[in-house]
Amino acid sequence: MTIIAVVSIVTAGLTIALGSIGPALGEGRAVSTALSSLAQQPDASATITRTLFVGLAMIESIAIYCFVVSMILIFANPFWNHVIAGAAKVAGK
Amino acid sequence: MRLSADQLIFWQHGFIKLNGTIVFTWGLMLVLAVGSKLITRKLSTDLKRSRWQNLLEIVVTGIEKQIEDVGLKHPEKYIGFLGTLFLFVALAALCTVIPGYEPPTGSLSTTAALALCVFVAVPLFGIEEQGLWGYLVSYTKPTIIMLPFNIISELSRTLALAIRLFGNMMSGAMIVAILLTITPFIFPIFMTLLGLLTGMVQAYIFSILAAVYIAAATRSHKPKPALATKT
Repeated sequence: MTIIAVVSIVTAGLTIALGSIGPALGEGRAVSTALSSLAQQPDASATITRTLFVGLAMIESIAIYCFVVSMILIFANPFWNHVIAGAAKVAGK
Repeated sequence: MRLSADQLIFWQHGFIKLNGTIVFTWGLMLVLAVGSKLITRKLSTDLKRSRWQNLLEIVVTGIEKQIEDVGLKHPEKYIGFLGTLFLFVALAALCTVIPGYEPPTGSLSTTAALALCVFVAVPLFGIEEQGLWGYLVSYTKPTIIMLPFNIISELSRTLALAIRLFGNMMSGAMIVAILLTITPFIFPIFMTLLGLLTGMVQAYIFSILAAVYIAAATRSHKPKPALATKT
C-alpha cells in the first residue's frame, strides 16, 4: 500500500519536472524567432503575433498533458482509491 | 480537493445528479442567449445605435475578420459555429471573477463535448463544400499511404483540443486553490489574473484551431487555372 503511494508521489513530481523542460525550451526558441522576424518585418506583426500565439498554445499543450497526468496521480489516483476502498472495507468488517 | 465542478452536486434524485458543471453551463447559455436576444431586438442601421449593439458588432466583425485571415473564404457560413465556440469558452473563462463560480470548461466532459462538436463539424463542412467523394478523396492526399495517418491525426487532434482546454482551465483553478492555502493574501489575485489571460488565449486558440481544421477540410485541391500573361 505504501509502495503505491510512494511511487505515485515520486512519479507525479518527476512527470511535471521532466515534462516542463521540453516545452519551455521550445517556447523560448519560438518567441525568439518571432521577435527577430518582427524586427525584420514590423508591418506583418498581426500575422506573426497570431501565429506565435497559436504555436505557443500547441507547444504548451505538451506541458499541460504532463500536468494533467501528475494531477491525476495526486488527486484522482485510481490505484490509491482502490486500495483505500479495500482498507475501508477491511476496517468496517 | 476536487478536480473540477463535477463533484459539486446541487441536487440529486436517484442517480440523476445536477452537478456544478451542468448548472454553470446552462447559466452561461442563458446569459449568452438572453443577452443577445435582448440586444438584437431593435437593430438599427443608421448612425445612431445603442452601445450594446456596437459591442456586438465589434465582436462579430472581429471574429469574421479572424476567420477570413485563417483562409475561409465565406466567413458567414462558419461564424455561427466558430463564433459560438469562442464566445462560450471566453465567457466561461471570464466569469471566474464571480465568486462561487467554477468554469464548466474545467471539466473533461465539457471540453470533450466541445471537441466532439468540432470533430463532427469538420467533415460536415468539408462534405458541404466538396461533396462526399471529394472530401473522402482528400484523405488520400498527398498519397494513399497517408490514409491511416490522416485518420489518426483527425482523432488525435480532437483529443488534443479537449485535453488542452481542460488542462488549462483546471490548472488555473487548482493553482489558485492551492495558493489560497499557502499565501492567501495578495498572490492568488495575480494567479487569478494569469488564469483569466490564459482562459481568453485558450478560447481564441480553440476557435482558431477549429477554423484551421475546417479550412483544411474545405480547401479544394483543384489546380488553379493558369494566369493570363501580360502583353
